Amino acid sequence: MTAMLNIKDLRAYYGQVQALHGLEFGLNEGSLTTLLGANGAGKTTTLRAICNMVRSTGSIEFDGASLTGRSTENIVRLGIAHVPQGRGTFTTLTVEENLQLGAITRKDRAAVTSDIERMYDHFPVLKERHTQQAGTLSGGEQQMLAVARALMLRPRLMLLDEPSFGLAPLIVRDLFKILGKINREDKVTILVVEQNAQLALELADKAYVIETGRIVMSGSAAEIANNEDVRKSYLGY
Amino acid sequence: MELFINQVLAGVATGAIYACMALAVVMIYQAIDHLNFAQGEMAMFSTFIAWQLMQWGVPYWWAFLLTLAFSFAGGIAIERALFKPLAKAPVLTNVAGFIALFAIVNSVAGLTWDFTIKPFPTPFGNSPFLGSQLISTHQAGMIGVTVGLLILLYLFFQFTRIGLAMRAAAALPESARLVGINTSWMIALGWGMASAIGAIAGILIAPVVFLEPNMMGGVLIYGFAAAVLGGLSSPLGAVIGGFLVGIFENLAGTYIGHVGNELKLPIALALIIIVLVLKPAGLFGRPIVKRV
Repeated sequence: MTAMLNIKDLRAYYGQVQALHGLEFGLNEGSLTTLLGANGAGKTTTLRAICNMVRSTGSIEFDGASLTGRSTENIVRLGIAHVPQGRGTFTTLTVEENLQLGAITRKDRAAVTSDIERMYDHFPVLKERHTQQAGTLSGGEQQMLAVARALMLRPRLMLLDEPSFGLAPLIVRDLFKILGKINREDKVTILVVEQNAQLALELADKAYVIETGRIVMSGSAAEIANNEDVRKSYLGY
Repeated sequence: MELFINQVLAGVATGAIYACMALAVVMIYQAIDHLNFAQGEMAMFSTFIAWQLMQWGVPYWWAFLLTLAFSFAGGIAIERALFKPLAKAPVLTNVAGFIALFAIVNSVAGLTWDFTIKPFPTPFGNSPFLGSQLISTHQAGMIGVTVGLLILLYLFFQFTRIGLAMRAAAALPESARLVGINTSWMIALGWGMASAIGAIAGILIAPVVFLEPNMMGGVLIYGFAAAVLGGLSSPLGAVIGGFLVGIFENLAGTYIGHVGNELKLPIALALIIIVLVLKPAGLFGRPIVKRV
C-alpha cells in the first residue's frame, strides 16, 4: 500500500540552526497518526515543513506529487488543512467569517453553506456565537473553531498542532472524540502532534516518536503505548 | 448661524476628500504596516492623466473611468516592482522607498506637464446647490461621489469573497495562507484600490486647489491627520476622521481671528501630535479583544 503522504530525508532550518535531521515517515490514507515528542523535538517544525512554512530540503510527496517548491497557499489548495499551534484564529472577524475563510478556495458555494451548517451541528457552541468576534471565544471554543475552519476546506489530510494545548481535560476529550468521528465518518486522514501522549495514543491508530529532529520509533498506537521507554518518557508510569 | 452652517458644509465637502486620502493610506497601512508618503503624489499623477485625457477630447466621465483603471493598474505595478521586494526589509528601507517614489512621481509630473497651475473642470458646475447659498453643486458632488464610493467599498469588503480574503490577509497573513489565500496578491490588490481611491480624491479636489504637481501636499497631510485621528487600524475611523478634520479645519479658519486661515496646516499637524500623545490608537481604533 503506497502512502498518501511520504516524507524522505527531510531537513529543516531556522536560519543557521538545523531543526530536522533527515526525517522519514509516511501516512496511509484514512489513518489517524500521532507524532509524539518532547519540547523542541521538531514536531511543529515537521508540520510547518509539510506546508512549506519553514526552509527545508528533502522530499515530501502527497498522492505521488512532490510538494517541494509549492507555496503554502498552493499546498493548502491540494486539500491539506493545517491547524497551527495557537489556533490561528482571525480574532477580529466573526465566527461565521472564520468558517467562510476556511472554504475560501472552494467554488461550490451552495455546498459551503451546507457545510457551515454541518459545522454548527458538530460544534453547537459555534452556532450560538456565529456573529461574535472570534477573539471573544474561550480557548476551547477557539480550538473548535480552528478545527471547524480546517474542515471547511473539505481536506483530504488534516494536520493538527497540539490541539489540546491550554484546554481543560474534559474539553480535550470532547475535541478528540470529534477528531475520531471526522476521521471515521468523513474519511479525513489526520496527523496530530501532541504532548498529551496518553490521550493521543488512545485516539490514534499509528504513532511515531520524534527526538531531536529524527524519528526514533514507529508502530501501531497500541505497540507504542506499551513500549517501556515511551511509558517512562512520555506517559509517566 | 448661516455662516456656521455654511462652513460646516464646506468642511464636509473637503472632509470627503480627506476621508478618501485617509482611507487609501489606511488600506496600505493595514496591508504592509507602512504609511505611504507618496499617496498624494500618486493621486496627483492620476489627476494629470485625467486632465491629459480630457485635453485629448475624451469626455469627463470616460476620462474619470479610464483614470481609475490606469491608477488601479499603476498601484499594482508599483507594489510589484518596488514594495514586494522590500517586504522583509527594515522600516527605514521602506521609508526611503516611499520618499523615492514621492520624488520620482513629482518630478516626472513636473517634467511632463510643467509646474504651471492649470484649471480643472468639474462635471457638477459651480452654481448654488438646489438654490441654496450654503453649498455649491461641486461641493455637493464631492460629497455625493465620496459617499457612493464608501458604500461600494463597504459592500465589497463585507459581502464579497475577495473582500473577506483581503481582510483576512491584512489581519493575519500566516493564517490567511493556511486557508489558501495568496496574500501577496491581496497586498497588490490593496495597492491598486488605494491608488484608484486616491485618484478619485485628486480628480474631485483639483477644481478647488487647481492642478499642479504639488497640489496634494496639504491634502495628504490632512489625510494623515484624519487617519491618525480615526485610528490607523480602522477604515471607518479614517473616514469619520476625514470629515471631522475637514469641518475642524474650516471652523478654525473662520473663527480663530485673523491667524486662523494662515495656520490651517499647522493646526492639522498639531492635531496629529495631540492624538498620538493622548490616544495613540485613534478615536475608532477599536481595542482588539485578545486571549492568550
